[in-house]
Amino acid sequence: MSDAPDSPVAAPADDLALVKGAADALTQLRRRFQDAIEEVVVRNGEATVYVARAAIVDVARYLRDEPKLLFNLLSDLCGVDRGLEADPRFEVVYHLFSIPHGYRLRLKTRVPESACEVPTLVGVYPTAEWHERETFDLLGIRFANHPDLRKILTPDDLEGHPLRKDFPLQGY
Amino acid sequence: MSSLRYSNVIELDYAPQQKIREMLREQSALDNAITISMGPQHPSTHGVLRLELVLDGETVVSVKPDIGYLHTGMEKQMETKKYQQNIVITDRMDYLNPMGNNLGYVMTVEKLLGIANDIPPRAQTLRVLLTELQRIASHLVWLGTHALDLGAMSLFFYCFREREKILNLYEAVCGGRMTVSYFRVGGLPYDVPPNFTRLVREFLDEFPAALKEYHALLTNNPIFQKRTRGVGILSGEDAIALGVTGPTLRGSGVAHDTRRAEPYCGYETYDFEIPVERDGDVYARYLVRMREMEESWKICRQALDRLKPGPIKADSPKIVLPDREEMKQQMDALIHHFLLAAYGFRVPPGEAYHAIEGSKGELGFYIISDGTERPFRCHVRGPSFVNLQAIPKLCQGALLADVVAIIGSLDIVLGEIDR
Repeated sequence: MSDAPDSPVAAPADDLALVKGAADALTQLRRRFQDAIEEVVVRNGEATVYVARAAIVDVARYLRDEPKLLFNLLSDLCGVDRGLEADPRFEVVYHLFSIPHGYRLRLKTRVPESACEVPTLVGVYPTAEWHERETFDLLGIRFANHPDLRKILTPDDLEGHPLRKDFPLQGY
Repeated sequence: MSSLRYSNVIELDYAPQQKIREMLREQSALDNAITISMGPQHPSTHGVLRLELVLDGETVVSVKPDIGYLHTGMEKQMETKKYQQNIVITDRMDYLNPMGNNLGYVMTVEKLLGIANDIPPRAQTLRVLLTELQRIASHLVWLGTHALDLGAMSLFFYCFREREKILNLYEAVCGGRMTVSYFRVGGLPYDVPPNFTRLVREFLDEFPAALKEYHALLTNNPIFQKRTRGVGILSGEDAIALGVTGPTLRGSGVAHDTRRAEPYCGYETYDFEIPVERDGDVYARYLVRMREMEESWKICRQALDRLKPGPIKADSPKIVLPDREEMKQQMDALIHHFLLAAYGFRVPPGEAYHAIEGSKGELGFYIISDGTERPFRCHVRGPSFVNLQAIPKLCQGALLADVVAIIGSLDIVLGEIDR
C-alpha cells in the first residue's frame, strides 16, 4: 500500500492501552502459539494478529474456549485481494468478539495465489459457513473441509471472482 | 363395492410393473418427501429469497436458502468511488435502515481519519435521534409484514401510518424518504429545519397510543399466539454459534447489544434498557422488537431534550465541506471546497472495523485504506445475511406454515443480504 504524504490527519498513535482488553489477550495468545503468530499490529485502537494458515483453526478454538478470553462470536469473516503485485496476494480477515468480556480482536491469515486455500472455521464457528462461501464466490479463496463450498451470491454461469482486483467493473 | 381398494399403489398384474411396485413399497416415509421451491417471488419471503424446501407432507425435512438475486456488487463499486460518494450506496443496502447504514459507514471512515472524537455534540445527538427513529420505522415495517404473513391484515395499515410520519420527518430533514444519505464523514451536511423539534415531538407524543393499538391487536391475540409460541425455537448457544445478533439474539436470552457493549455516539449517556426474552421462539422475538420500539422512543425523547444549537460539522476543513456563505466570502474556504468537490479527501493508510447496532443486529463496516481518495476494500457485515443462516436450523421439523412465521421473525432485508 502506498504512502500518503499529504493525508489531512495524522493516524492516531499506536498504543496498546487503547485496545480494550486486547493487551491481556495478546500476551496469552503469544505465549500459547509462539510459532503460529507471525505478527501483532495495534493501530487505530484495534489489534490485528497475523496467524499462520495451518494454525488458524487451533488459534480460533483456543480464543473461543479460554475462559479469560471467550471470543464466542465470529462477527465477520472476509477476504482481501491486496493487488496483483502483492505477495502473498490474498488475506482472510476474521473479526472476533467476546460477548462475556466485550473484547474485539482481528485475525488475519495470508494466502498466496499459488495455494489459494485456507482451513475452514465451520467446525469452530458454524456462522463461518456462509461467510466462507461468500469469500470463495467473490475472491476465489477455497476453504479446505468446508461442508458445502458453493457459490452464494453470483449467478452459476458467471466465471471469475468479482472482488479480485483484475476483475473489471463493467464489460466482463 | 367391496373390491374397491384404497391404495396409492395401483395393483398391476404384469412383471415389469411388479418391480416398480416393490420399489415404491420399499420407500420409507422420507421418500414421500417432495422438494418445492418457495420464492423468489413469494410474498412472504420479504424480497427475492428462494427457499428449497424438502417436505414430508406438511412437515419440513430440510431447507436450503438460495440468495443472490439482488447481488449488484456494491462492495466492488465502493472501491471505485470516493469516500463521501459511497454513503449513497450504503442507503441501498438495508433500505429499511438507511440512517443506520449511513452511520456505520461514516463512523468507520471517521475512525480511519482519526476524527471520531471531533464530531460536535449536536451532530452526535441528531445522529442518535435519527437512527433511533429509523429503528422504530424499520420495526414497524417488520411488524406490519410479519402480521400480514400470519393473516392479520389490518395491522399492516396501522404500522405504515406511523412509519409514514417518520418518513415525512426525514423528508423535512433531507428531502429523501428512504434513500436519505444524510450523514457525512465529519458530521452532517446541513442543519435540520427550524420546525424539526416540534415535528419530532408531535410524533413522539402520538406514538405511545399507536404502540398500544398494536399491542391490543396482536400481543394477546389467541390466533397470533398459536402461530408464534413454541415455533422456530433458537437457543442462546446456537444463536451465538450461528453469529445471530440483534433482536433475534436477544429473543434467545442473550443480552448483547452493540450500543451497550461498545457504545458510540454517546449511547452510554442515555438511559435505556436492553429487552431480553428467554423463550427463543417467534413470539419472544416479537416481544423483544415491540419493547425495543418503546426503548427507542425513550432514547428519542432524551435526545430531543439535549438537542442544543451548535455546530454540526467537525472542525476539519480538509475533510468537511465549508458552509456556502463562508465559501463565498473566504478564499481558503473556496479552495477547500474546490479540492474536496474535485478530488475528495485522502484517508491515511490503515484499516478499521466499526460496528453499530442496526435495527436487525450488528451492522459492521470493514474498510481498508491505501492512502488514496477511494477505499481499497470495503466489506459490509450485514446482520440480515448472518441471521438468515439460522433458517435451516429453525425450520427443521416445523410445519410449512411456520416457515412463513419464522422468516418474518428474523426480519431480513434482501438488499443487505445480497449487496
